[in-house]
Amino acid sequence: MWDYSDKVKEHFFEPRNAGVLEGANGVGDVGSISCGDALRLMLKVEPETDIILDAHFQTFGCGSAIASSSALTEMIKGKTLDEALKVSNQDIADYLDGLPPEKMHCSVMGREALQAAVANYRGEEWSDDHEEGALVCKCFAIDAVMIEDTIRANNLSSVQDVTNYTKAGGGCSSCHEGIEEILVKVMSERGESFNPGAQPKEEAPKGGMTNLQRIKKIEAVLESVRPQLKRDGGDIELLDVDGKTIYVSMTGACAGCQMEALTLQGIQQKLMEELKEFIKIVPTKAGALSRASCQP
Amino acid sequence: MEGIYFDNNATTRVDPAVVEAMLPYFTEQFGNPSSMHSFGNKVGLAIKKARMQVQELLGAEHDSEIIFTSCGTESDSTALISALKAQPERKEIITTTVEHPAILTLCTWLEKDGYKVHLLKVDGKGRLDMAEYKKLLTDQVAVVSVMWANNETGTFFPVVEMAELANAAGAMFHTDAVQAVGKVPLNLKDTKIDMLSVSGHKLHAPKGIGVLYLKRGTRFRPLLRGGHQERGRRAGTENTTSIVGLGKAAEMAMEAMHHENTEVARLRDKLEAGILAKVPRSFVTGDPSNRLPNTSNIAFEFIEGEAILLLLNKFGIAASSGSACTSGSLEPSHVMRAMGIPYTAAHGTVRFSLSRYSTEAEVDRVIAVVPEIIAQLRKLSPYWEGDGPAAEPEKAFAPTYA
Ligand SMILES: Cc1ncc(COP(=O)(O)O)c(C=O)c1O
Ligand code: FES
Repeated sequence: MWDYSDKVKEHFFEPRNAGVLEGANGVGDVGSISCGDALRLMLKVEPETDIILDAHFQTFGCGSAIASSSALTEMIKGKTLDEALKVSNQDIADYLDGLPPEKMHCSVMGREALQAAVANYRGEEWSDDHEEGALVCKCFAIDAVMIEDTIRANNLSSVQDVTNYTKAGGGCSSCHEGIEEILVKVMSERGESFNPGAQPKEEAPKGGMTNLQRIKKIEAVLESVRPQLKRDGGDIELLDVDGKTIYVSMTGACAGCQMEALTLQGIQQKLMEELKEFIKIVPTKAGALSRASCQP
Repeated sequence: MEGIYFDNNATTRVDPAVVEAMLPYFTEQFGNPSSMHSFGNKVGLAIKKARMQVQELLGAEHDSEIIFTSCGTESDSTALISALKAQPERKEIITTTVEHPAILTLCTWLEKDGYKVHLLKVDGKGRLDMAEYKKLLTDQVAVVSVMWANNETGTFFPVVEMAELANAAGAMFHTDAVQAVGKVPLNLKDTKIDMLSVSGHKLHAPKGIGVLYLKRGTRFRPLLRGGHQERGRRAGTENTTSIVGLGKAAEMAMEAMHHENTEVARLRDKLEAGILAKVPRSFVTGDPSNRLPNTSNIAFEFIEGEAILLLLNKFGIAASSGSACTSGSLEPSHVMRAMGIPYTAAHGTVRFSLSRYSTEAEVDRVIAVVPEIIAQLRKLSPYWEGDGPAAEPEKAFAPTYA
């Protein structure tokens, strides 16, 4: 059984805003019936203000697909279209206190339904570049298509390269066989053969940041999550940065509580997005580390 | 209320009598059966007894044809790899599209080493085409591996007949009988089946114990090499407690065989008829006239299986589903796809699998609960309108990116 948060269960067992919305003026149908997840999002938008007066959904899908749809409708009601479009899939997952890696695509689907419904309201054509492959790396929720595209685009030839560019393989390492298989395939397309002993490329692209710029960026991310932590009676502090490992200390109500690993995982995700590289966040207290970095 | 466990094809509860038989072998009888002293001696005798109990259940001619392994998967791997190693001149395998991953994933991997794998197709009811099979049976085939009963639908394959054909063509025949053993009477001595896999936890023995039946005279190459356990055919100190448990479970399965094929089958039929009568747009998958007595696999159209399971779980009912989401994959069950079940139904398949512990009251309860659950989820489905599917459901809802 999946390890669903209480919030996911709540939105699944008692979905908000389910069913047809009479008088909807923006509708988005997305998903894939072969994968077993598809969603229709219906919006009622006030033309003068662009405010979403009401939002409903119908979903063919699993527990987290239904919960993500329900959460999305709650999150966007009362927002203007432009505000609503700022809701990212990570926001949807956060609102639900996290989703298992295999289920992150449910939140992506919610985000895409929103784009499709807004485009439909505005009379635009929404086209999607979404292509989903089988999940390869569970630690970082990276699928085969993403790995394949990255290998192709950057001429990668080692597992370490793939980890540097996509994060896949950088945790428990159980997915390395799967990554090697993709390397073998893509490399043979360009007439090379995979050599397990090959040297990885230079360091991962760091966006040309100096150490100081990097630390400032890290500080900025921590700053941005601090208000939320404080609200829960906690705080986070940067202790040291050693290459790809970022040491922090957690204080207050958050430290040691069950939420810590979850919170850290979210912060780690944000840091990786900002820094565009694979990093690991390590709390100085023992125990939380393994939970935060990888749950195979 | 205690939960209702209708997921016995996934695993079964260990019978209390089995636990009791095992307990002394954790404590007083902890010896190594290979040891010379008396600590080991009694254990050796207990294993001998268990081997005979399993022999009896399988209808094997000799007790030395029973090799204890660590699980059904190990038995499957041992059988196929042995057949290939023992006949290096033959490079082909015949199996089916609907095997368990214990066979299919192994075959995909063997393909990378240059073996040719033929996958027999099934029809809408999950049945094989014997003409196709006969055509593929050439002198290149090292081994045919066909499951006795399918784990998802319970559908039987005609393995006894297929083994005869393989034998005539000089190929070895293996069957993954993990789901059949203990549920249907077997008499292997009268068949041409060379190898057969058993898994203890499907018949009320513990998890992590299996058997490979190896007909006397079948050429064999062990997978695990080392000590002389199991006559050198499966090295590694015996899992004595579980072997004793499996022996007891085999004996009990023999005793319950009639009950399994009458009373359990009756309850299964009642459950199935009760659900189908109350839920529109639902149907049985597989071949209802030729399947395990305990299994019913029902497709509920236009909704998704994981969501059904979560709601069933809320009512204390355990079952399983062929939906993509329950396995974390991108496609629904390969068994449902192989039978050509459309996506809108394949994702909504639910397998109910009973056991000799299942009761009439449990069946009645499930019949009462399921229709509500299905109706509740259909209310959320974009393919559903009011009391029935939207007119032309596939057109009414055609999401972007398929
Ligand atoms: C048909 C079939 N084969 C093999 C197996 C694997 O058995 P085990 O879990 O003992 O490895 C199973 C059990 O899931 C099964 O249903
Ligand atoms: S699954 Fe990829 S690193 Fe853990």
